[in-house]
Amino acid sequence: MRKLTYLALLTGLVISAGPMISAAQAETPANMLIVAGQIDDITTLDPAQSFEFSGSDISRNIYGKLVNFDPSNLDAGYGPDLAESWTVSDDGKIITFTMREGVKFHSGNPVTAKDAEYSLRRAVILNKTPSFILTQFGFSADNVKDTIVATGPMTLQITTDRRYATSFVLNCLTATIGGIVDSKLVMEHEVDGDMGNTWLRNNTAGSGAYKLGSWKANESITLISNPDFYLGAPAMERVVVRHISESSTQRLLLEKGDIDVARNLNPEDVAGVSSKAGIVVDSELRGRLMYVSFNQKNEILANPKVVEAMKYLIDYKGMQDSFLKGQYTIHQSFLPRTYLGAIDDKPYSLNIDKAKALLAEAGYPNGFEVGIIVREAQERVDIGQSLQNTFGKAGIKVDITVGTAKQILGVYRARQHDIYLGAWGPDYPDPNTNAATFAVNQDNRDEAGLTGQLAWRNSWDIPQMSEDTLAAVVENDRDMRAKMYNAIQRDHQNRSPFAVMFQKIEQTGRSDKVKNLNLGGAITAVSYWVVTK
Amino acid sequence: MAIASETGKGRHQPPFLLFLLKTGKTLVTIAVTMLGLLFVTFFIGRVMPVDPVLSIVGERATKEIYEAAYLSLGLDKPLIVQFFYYLRDILQGDFGTSLRTGFPVSGDIIRVFPATLELASLGTLIGIVIGVPLGVVAAVKRGTWIDQVARVIALIGYSMPIFWLGLIGLLVFYGILGWVGGPGRLDIYYEDIVPTVTGMILLDSALDGNWVIFRNAFTHIILPASLLGYYSLAYISRMTRSFMLEQLNAEYVITARVKGLSEREVIWKHVFSNIKVQLITVIALSYAGLLEGSVLTEIIFAWPGIGSYITTSLLSADMNAVMGGTVVVGLVFVCLNIFSDLLYRFFDPRAK
Repeated sequence: MRKLTYLALLTGLVISAGPMISAAQAETPANMLIVAGQIDDITTLDPAQSFEFSGSDISRNIYGKLVNFDPSNLDAGYGPDLAESWTVSDDGKIITFTMREGVKFHSGNPVTAKDAEYSLRRAVILNKTPSFILTQFGFSADNVKDTIVATGPMTLQITTDRRYATSFVLNCLTATIGGIVDSKLVMEHEVDGDMGNTWLRNNTAGSGAYKLGSWKANESITLISNPDFYLGAPAMERVVVRHISESSTQRLLLEKGDIDVARNLNPEDVAGVSSKAGIVVDSELRGRLMYVSFNQKNEILANPKVVEAMKYLIDYKGMQDSFLKGQYTIHQSFLPRTYLGAIDDKPYSLNIDKAKALLAEAGYPNGFEVGIIVREAQERVDIGQSLQNTFGKAGIKVDITVGTAKQILGVYRARQHDIYLGAWGPDYPDPNTNAATFAVNQDNRDEAGLTGQLAWRNSWDIPQMSEDTLAAVVENDRDMRAKMYNAIQRDHQNRSPFAVMFQKIEQTGRSDKVKNLNLGGAITAVSYWVVTK
Repeated sequence: MAIASETGKGRHQPPFLLFLLKTGKTLVTIAVTMLGLLFVTFFIGRVMPVDPVLSIVGERATKEIYEAAYLSLGLDKPLIVQFFYYLRDILQGDFGTSLRTGFPVSGDIIRVFPATLELASLGTLIGIVIGVPLGVVAAVKRGTWIDQVARVIALIGYSMPIFWLGLIGLLVFYGILGWVGGPGRLDIYYEDIVPTVTGMILLDSALDGNWVIFRNAFTHIILPASLLGYYSLAYISRMTRSFMLEQLNAEYVITARVKGLSEREVIWKHVFSNIKVQLITVIALSYAGLLEGSVLTEIIFAWPGIGSYITTSLLSADMNAVMGGTVVVGLVFVCLNIFSDLLYRFFDPRAK
């Protein structure tokens, strides 16, 4: 019997001693950047199709574009990349790009105007989700032969259907869909006329700072540096982005020095790491806005006094400083800060007396009953509850409906809600991306079905504002264009049935050895090629 | 465990026929089980309020793009027709393409399943090596402090949320003491070095003779495996104890003792031999449970296994991936059933 006991004890000891073979400790190699992130949203790496945050982070480092943002100076706006220069015709419809000489794809093929022509035509013809970023200029599968043309080995001409602000067109070309692919290589991998769409899902054919090493879905992505990158070989020879969904796990890895950057720390973990030596927390503004909107089909909400009152019944500061701390900052206009034409006016704050007075003027001194619909995401539900509380102080009884994305979006798109609470993220780095949805509704009838436009979804009929907003799209003077957006936003702030509340902040923990990590702000995605250690 | 123990029937038929009949029966049971499994998963998946099209094209897609994707998925056809198409593809070994990762589901599963297999096997091994002796000792020393300690150990293993235990384990053994590797299967700079043969890094690195990587992989797997091992230990030791107690009260034990056999012989030769068959069932069940993939452990330890694969696929309505995963898990159950059935025959003289 005794032997038995010993046996059990011994086995236990052996097993528990196993871990004592201590793990080699832990500083990442100097030429390698290791990032923990959440990359399970990536469905494809094809620039003509990719439309997710993590996808654009990868794409930006692999594919060069005609014009691009300089990570060391994002405020400057777009600048030359694979196109060295461009000219615009007098009627504003034709832009002629001159390609940069001597740039090579990862395959060794030279980057020519033919590749640019192929890439842009391909994005239009494939007609995947982000294709509207290009087709809004009048390009279609039928006309690309005439509208996107390489007129010489190094000159590309694009012709839009009417005059647009050059800044609008070029801003759109900096989006992921503007990535220039290696036409020879891609066509070698074409299957059944798919223009290489299947192959480019998990292979890459770019000319950028990095090429794809491997992509294991939901596990990791490895980028390998391109020593022939035209801006010089990147200091980080390998970049590994590992999928780690748990914030506390990311934090532990960062504290142990097993990773260099943690992209998804929650507020508690941010607070935890910020006091640690050797770790720095960066806060960067992103493009996502959190807003509530009031359906104008609802008779009560169609009263401008009621809407104004409700804008005074939101506890912006209280939310920002409590459960949204470090994640959102107060922002009250439809262009995210850092966008061309953005304003920083914040006319509204919680003011219950004023709201009550406005409600009384509107004929609802004792409030009314109303419903809010919201998706089942923690921060949104929290905001909904805060609204329920503050609206209640003026006698407005709120009924919150929480549902899945499909349910809530279904109701919203069908214009059957009272109040919608949700987020909006810009699709491409031009002010029109938000202006065209918050401030354009050219046909307010149900049959029009303009479900892509938030103004239509809220049945807000604005013929004049739509016209003004569309005029800003063709204004060629960049400063003038910015001023136009300033004015539209102030008007919008005053009388629209939208209360924009917050803009997203992203907090990133990094080892203090990592320098020049630029996540791209609200405008673009991360740039690994400038990082040093 | 529906397939097990089809013994003792048809004794008067010739052995060859008997064998055919049995194999046939087993095959039919497997087929019906798998069909039922697929049927239920398929329909649950289709009535879920998540839109697979939206998860591919995104909520900003235009109507035309949405429609095109809708048609290309065959969602316009009646459910039952979709189901039969799916069955036909599966029979040809084609699980379809994952909507979420864009890779063929079979390839995804070949990538994620070995990770789970490796973890679950080591976990079960730990569970057996410690759990069985612990259960035996607890039964033999019933009522003494040893029994009480064993009970507390099992109770803790049973009742502690694995999520919490995992985080604390990481914090202590990785964060503070630095005895083990962090989350993930390897340190990141060791990845993609040994050639993939089985997909199980411990085995692959051993086959390759790369002991540095083997060691590194071991430091990464030992903590999550111990955690799962602890969990299955709790179950195995409790079951062992109760099986043992049942036997220890039997008359043959008294006979054996009266015959003057040593206590060791009584316990191991006679009593333990008699509980082997029951134990196999318990261990197989617990092993199968771990092979389904323990989602929480996989998430905390960033372990790319089948549990988190199926879960994230389910959340994004990626039904091809969910169904593929379900088939694999179903197959694992069936195989373990057959395997434990074989073991019964080996250990139980009556089954021969």
